[in-house]
Amino acid sequence: MKIKLTSASYSVRSIKFSFCSNLLAKPRKPSLFLGRGIEIILFFSYFKDLVGREVTVELKNDLAIRGTLHSVDQYLNIKLENTRVVDQDKYPHMLSVRNCFIRGSVVRYVQLPPDGVDIELLHDATRREARGG
Amino acid sequence: MSWAGPDDIFLSTSLATYLDKKLIVLLRDGRKLLGLLRSFDQFANVVLEGACERVIVGNLYCDIPLGLYVIRGENVVLIGEMDSEKEELPPHMTAVSAAEIKRAQKAEREATDLKGSMRKRMEFLDFD
Repeated sequence: MKIKLTSASYSVRSIKFSFCSNLLAKPRKPSLFLGRGIEIILFFSYFKDLVGREVTVELKNDLAIRGTLHSVDQYLNIKLENTRVVDQDKYPHMLSVRNCFIRGSVVRYVQLPPDGVDIELLHDATRREARGG
Repeated sequence: MSWAGPDDIFLSTSLATYLDKKLIVLLRDGRKLLGLLRSFDQFANVVLEGACERVIVGNLYCDIPLGLYVIRGENVVLIGEMDSEKEELPPHMTAVSAAEIKRAQKAEREATDLKGSMRKRMEFLDFD
């Protein structure tokens, strides 16, 4: 699988983890080129598995939006549906917005449902990642 | 944006579903631009037709018409689809002229500058 990299940065200040459900079966060639790229793909895979769940995305400009995760892409751009802003009175311009596209580079946190995380699978993936995959 | 093919636009983060729709684009500098999406690319560069900037100060707002805009993707924070069946703004907000909103913006900026300078003076006096 050819993986194209970008310099898109995505920082997660909450729990840092790696997750690779659909990558578990595939043999991964160690490659200097892939390096950091594998971690970006792992977050992408994790979010793909979360599609359809309710999440709250907090942006770097402090805007927090709750909605159903519709889709995510390699840049970790996020599309949300049925959105409502957490502090609606502070952001009157967002009143009629029900679907939105959020650029990956402006996300600060993605707040997840507590049962949206399979801890054991994450532990295994992280250990594998730490070992050098 | 994503590697989706022509059939996957409804499943991917492609902006294709927003084409020709009225959108609000939030920019990194805090500006809010409204307009019809005419074009986009993988960097989230967008072309907005009939763009106007919605300036909101407290309960006052003003739409300043801008025309055809090309927005560089790195400045885009959020692109939201404005639902035509819903109210765009809360009812208590009043529309004012561009001159008046500029005056209100200036007043707000001066108030925050004053707050900032007073705080600096207080911090200077704080010996803890």
